[in-house]
Amino acid sequence: MNGRKIIMNFEVTPTSHSFAAYRARGGYEALEKAIKTMQPAEVTREVVDSGLQGRGGAAFPAGRKWQGINLDDGLPHYLIANADEGEPGTFKDRWVLEHTPHTLVESMLVTSYALGVRHSFVYLRGEYDLPWRRLAAAIEEAYDAGYIGEQVLGSSFSTDIYVFRGAGAYVCGEASSLLGSIEGTRAYPRNRPPRMTVRGLYQLPTIVNNVETLSNIGWIVRNGAAAFREIGTPKSPGTRLISISGHIRRPGVYEVELGYPWVKFLQEDCGGVLGGRGLKAVIPGGISSQVLAGRNAKVVEGRDAKVVLANAVEHLTLDHESLKEAGSGMGSGGMIVIAEGTCMVRLLQIMMRFYHHESCGQCTPCREGMGWMHRVLDRIVAGEGRPEDIDTLYYVSRFNDGTTICGLGDAAGYAAMAILDTFRHEFEHFIEHKRSMYDGNLECRQSS
Amino acid sequence: MKHLIPELERLKKRLPPGQAGTLLLPALHRIQQDRGHIAEEDIQALVDYLGVPRIQVDEVLSFYGMLRRKAIGRCHIEVCRNVSCSMRGAERLIAKLSDLLGIRPGETTADGRYTLATVECLGSCGTAPVMIVDGTYHENIDPDQVAALLEALDSHERP
Repeated sequence: MNGRKIIMNFEVTPTSHSFAAYRARGGYEALEKAIKTMQPAEVTREVVDSGLQGRGGAAFPAGRKWQGINLDDGLPHYLIANADEGEPGTFKDRWVLEHTPHTLVESMLVTSYALGVRHSFVYLRGEYDLPWRRLAAAIEEAYDAGYIGEQVLGSSFSTDIYVFRGAGAYVCGEASSLLGSIEGTRAYPRNRPPRMTVRGLYQLPTIVNNVETLSNIGWIVRNGAAAFREIGTPKSPGTRLISISGHIRRPGVYEVELGYPWVKFLQEDCGGVLGGRGLKAVIPGGISSQVLAGRNAKVVEGRDAKVVLANAVEHLTLDHESLKEAGSGMGSGGMIVIAEGTCMVRLLQIMMRFYHHESCGQCTPCREGMGWMHRVLDRIVAGEGRPEDIDTLYYVSRFNDGTTICGLGDAAGYAAMAILDTFRHEFEHFIEHKRSMYDGNLECRQSS
Repeated sequence: MKHLIPELERLKKRLPPGQAGTLLLPALHRIQQDRGHIAEEDIQALVDYLGVPRIQVDEVLSFYGMLRRKAIGRCHIEVCRNVSCSMRGAERLIAKLSDLLGIRPGETTADGRYTLATVECLGSCGTAPVMIVDGTYHENIDPDQVAALLEALDSHERP
């Protein structure tokens, strides 16, 4: 077991996502508590005191974001749940939407009550099929039960929730860009200031929170900020949903109490590296986070798998401060495990192909830079690499830093540089010998 | 597109008033669901219905990867080629599908039956490799068994 649970605290059954099942496990009590016994500002106070950090990638304190909304400005306010889960390696929000959509719905209602929101949106990535059906059904159930709509629970609070489906654009995961999508235009990220809490959707005050961030709100309001602070570490309270994939025995979504030892997580909870291979590296929080190497590897005997874990990873705990110290971050919680024998040149090639494909094209350094890096990597993999190519990759990565409107260009550059820093010899080998140090395969089979 | 207007009017009731643009993406999704792509007449009708400039619709159509201006094969196969899927066999899967169908990614078979496409991360990395067939996720695909899956799809193919 990986610590206390806030979101995955029930047994998944064929009906556990339904309204009845959610009610039976205490669902919508937080909404009743908020509306009947708390002032909106008290709800925000509770979230501020809880220390809840954003779960989408930036880990910005959710309560402080909310405090950017002025309840007395007489303007309409909007709330958007960011469910445009597109960061490669990340599939945690999908778990919430499929298995407990009412957790999100109730938390959004509590949030709307706190922030004076009449219309809220779930910005759901367009490809998600089951999450869409489950969430849409949950919202209808909540309308029917009188939790959404006019005068919720007989109060003066009225609100609507609309599921807005994206249409295939990674950049929409960037909070300001999805505003454009909802307004019916291209999804270009916007410059800040003004912050979205000042000028967001339709140029009005808007809060955009990740699905997982919001899904904690109901629990916090029901149990109190102090109870939330008892879970996790002093600086990173609560839990994180980790979606783990790649060369790992038991991939999937796990709720982990912050501060949980990483070795234990990989080894005991996730069964260790696939095929009994050594651990080469871990990308901890989606491909835009910096890779952590398995250098100075040391053998650890696992319960059911012989796992070789890196010293670097060995001392780490799963929380924001530990990963920050290690030179990376928890990001979106999308953890990708990479086994020994995997070609990092090919891996970076796939990453850059992705960024090239997904650059929205608004800022020149990202639009041109991603394509440039992609072409250089294609050239190296084709055996036509030039000695100066590594410097070129660094040059373009650095050039992106701080020269683009949104953070995606910066993040791609940092992620690329982390791979180049850690596995430079593989790139040199590929360029010099015109082939991979390994077999060039990324796949690692279960049986091997 | 015009037959969708009553449905779109119902959607409006839960949306902020006076924001015509907000209906643009939902409307395009619905049109594509019915027709398989967005045709010229749909765009004209949308411009009239929403009162948005034509160029806005064109810009949106050329920006979002899921929206199509042209018809595709009756069976649309989209295979993820991102990091986690590639680490679990997506590259073999794509090669196998290419082989079986006799087309490269991005192409449609001569009989108009299948369109094969490669796409970026579908948020299904824990059940990699993954592909979407006509909007439905197929997870944990064994590249060696994909021929059988194609046959099964064939028998369920839309008329």
